[in-house]
Amino acid sequence: MRDLSLHIMDIVQNSISAEATCIKVSIIADDETGKLSVEIEDNGKGMDKDFAQRVTSPFVTTRSTRRVGLGIPLLQASAERAGGYLTIHSEPGSGTILRAVFQINHIDRLPLGDISETMTALIIANPDVHYMLYIKSNKTCFEFSTAEVKEKLGEVPITGYEVVAWIKDFIDDGIKNTFGGVLNEVFS
Amino acid sequence: MKSLAELEEIRKRTLEQISMRTNKDSVRIVIGMATCGIAAGARPVMNAFLEELKKRNISNVNVTMTGCIGVCRLEPVVEVVNPDGSKVTYVKMTPEKAARIVAEHIINGRVCLEYTIGAEEAK
Repeated sequence: MRDLSLHIMDIVQNSISAEATCIKVSIIADDETGKLSVEIEDNGKGMDKDFAQRVTSPFVTTRSTRRVGLGIPLLQASAERAGGYLTIHSEPGSGTILRAVFQINHIDRLPLGDISETMTALIIANPDVHYMLYIKSNKTCFEFSTAEVKEKLGEVPITGYEVVAWIKDFIDDGIKNTFGGVLNEVFS
Repeated sequence: MKSLAELEEIRKRTLEQISMRTNKDSVRIVIGMATCGIAAGARPVMNAFLEELKKRNISNVNVTMTGCIGVCRLEPVVEVVNPDGSKVTYVKMTPEKAARIVAEHIINGRVCLEYTIGAEEAK
């Protein structure tokens, strides 16, 4: 994966396959500890302890087309390459929290990538899922929730071209305001 | 700075423009978005489809994602599913190919044979 936004897109697909209806993506940069944490929290069906422990292996997957699943192992590799780690907390029946932590200043840390494109693609593909995006730096924070947007829109579908364009600009603005020059590869 | 209040205007505009169309008999564009697809560049392809449909103001087409279709070496894979259930599978997609598929297949109804899985496998 070339950037974090693609990893996020990939991991969120896991939540969707786990029948999650509510998915929260948090990206938190902490200047003091120098850590960037990317967290994906869902209310899907969760995993039992045994499976959650084994899921970072490329040879563990729920899909039936073949016996390998690379989403989580690739993210773990990206995190560890950048002096970080990956943790998974899961409770059968109540959901999963996956967190990948990176050293912000590590030379091998992947750039953030286009988060707004990831979010809009996810919304268009699964408009019924509630997505939340939370972005925080030491300076400020930004929140986006599709539930809020849907409430404003009423009967107008969230997948309309104009709405999607607005969501994209809204998230781009939020990221720019939150990370500004700290994660300045955001603009690349 | 964008604000939520702008959504109110978008809502009003949209309601004026369209009497809600039902998407019952619409074409579906299904994009493979598993790890393999994403790594091969499926997201820019999906975006190209959306951009192209928006440019041409086509509203009876649904763009969605699916998991791994099973031919990772040919990713990004896109299926165009007609209302009658028949489908065409395009492989090794790029944003440029996506634009052409919208123009030729979605609008004019001519399948872009050279991009299909059949043409690729015959090579």
